[in-house]
Amino acid sequence: MAGNLQLTSEGKLKHFLTIEGLDKALLTEILDMAESFASMSDQQVKKVPILRGKTIVNLFFENSTRTRTTFELAAKRLSADVLSINIATSATSKGESLLDTIRNLESMFVDMFVVRHALSGAAHFIAQQVAPHISVINAGDGQHAHPTQAMLDMFTIRQLKNDFAPLKVAIIGDILHSRVARSEIIALNTLGVAEVRVIAPKTLLPAHVETLGVKVFHNLNEGLKDVDVVMMLRLQKERMSSALLPSESEYFKCFGLTEEKLKIAKPDAIVMHPGPINRGVEIDSKVADGPQSVILKQVSNGIAVRMAVMAMAMQPQGASL
Amino acid sequence: MNPNHIDIPELIDQLADRLKALIAERKLTNPLLIGIRTGGVWIAERLHQKLQIQEPLGLLDISFYRDDFSQIGMNPKVKPSQLPPQLEGRDIILVDDVFYTGRTIRAALNEIFDYGRPNQVVLAVLIKRDGKQIPIAPDCVGMRIELNPGQRIKLTGPEPLGVHVELVKGAA
Repeated sequence: MAGNLQLTSEGKLKHFLTIEGLDKALLTEILDMAESFASMSDQQVKKVPILRGKTIVNLFFENSTRTRTTFELAAKRLSADVLSINIATSATSKGESLLDTIRNLESMFVDMFVVRHALSGAAHFIAQQVAPHISVINAGDGQHAHPTQAMLDMFTIRQLKNDFAPLKVAIIGDILHSRVARSEIIALNTLGVAEVRVIAPKTLLPAHVETLGVKVFHNLNEGLKDVDVVMMLRLQKERMSSALLPSESEYFKCFGLTEEKLKIAKPDAIVMHPGPINRGVEIDSKVADGPQSVILKQVSNGIAVRMAVMAMAMQPQGASL
Repeated sequence: MNPNHIDIPELIDQLADRLKALIAERKLTNPLLIGIRTGGVWIAERLHQKLQIQEPLGLLDISFYRDDFSQIGMNPKVKPSQLPPQLEGRDIILVDDVFYTGRTIRAALNEIFDYGRPNQVVLAVLIKRDGKQIPIAPDCVGMRIELNPGQRIKLTGPEPLGVHVELVKGAA
């Protein structure tokens, strides 16, 4: 089980692969620690020495700008040495297997891998294979999980709404292809929000989605009523193998978030999006750039949350303070 | 002397008097008082009041700057430090409860310097015990005490403040 592989025998974070199997106390510890790291942005020298001498490798088999750069910045602010390997130009494209790539990097005395891969379960597989002192952080695997994105969104929600308990949260759009949505739903339910809704056309919902603990809506106007947090998802056209939608303009008409539609949610509702945003496809520019949007705050918070996860996973085993 | 019978309010009064003299001697101007979490903050709050310092008290959490992360990991109760954004050129009074090895102060100085380059930093502690391990020493001390290596002195608080000597876990 991924839940066990992630934790040391003392129940501390060793790898961060998925939100599944992590309890409320641990998620809260990540958020609290991230809060302390966030305050570091007041410092002239935005760096702490705790991971000095550690080597972290960003292993991105799939493109990313935001996630890779915030992981890189997070590692640098912890004083680790960080390499970002662009797999498109690496030996993997010459036919080297994933495991051989890992073994070679291990021989360079690496302490942590941050992995993004198009296949679900890739980070989990690497975590099972690496030497015992190495930690693995999942930066997104296929359609499975994107746990640091979920945690930075939880951090942003807590920062703006203080308490999870009374909140109604709606996740809107391409749930089927979204690793973000899966991680968000589990995190929101673990932290105990009042209600998680998913709003999407039937073709963009996985089968039995309600078993994850969500209320399903197929109509944006109905689903947005009384909502405190609106989470938009990107339409992942690159992962769509068949015609799941009539057209982008049709999708925008039914599920795109406009100023008009947003008025149905609570007046102080916040609008989130994990990026990259497709303006005019799932979200109108006026909303994305509007006063209720916290999209860029999410990006800033990504650094502090990734610092917290990296620092926690790199703690020595058997340590107790 | 039995540490359990120390009159702490009296000791803080003495420390405040010595600190006043030090401020005059070192010509500290508009000093910023910074307490190190947790015990140092309790002492700093009282000094802040007695010395009638206008500027809010600074709070320092040194967890991210400790030198023993690779041995014992992170304090899960770490809280954000609260310092004014501009420490450049300031005169700073750093306050802690107990001075022992000096490692906490090294970490605190490193953190302060990441906020900017201060003009002067002085260190005031309520109790200095023997056993320093690095060349750092307080400028202003409430009382000095000698303990056995297996013993530890601990401030409890915030209200009322008490001092207890206990055996270190694992020490014979």
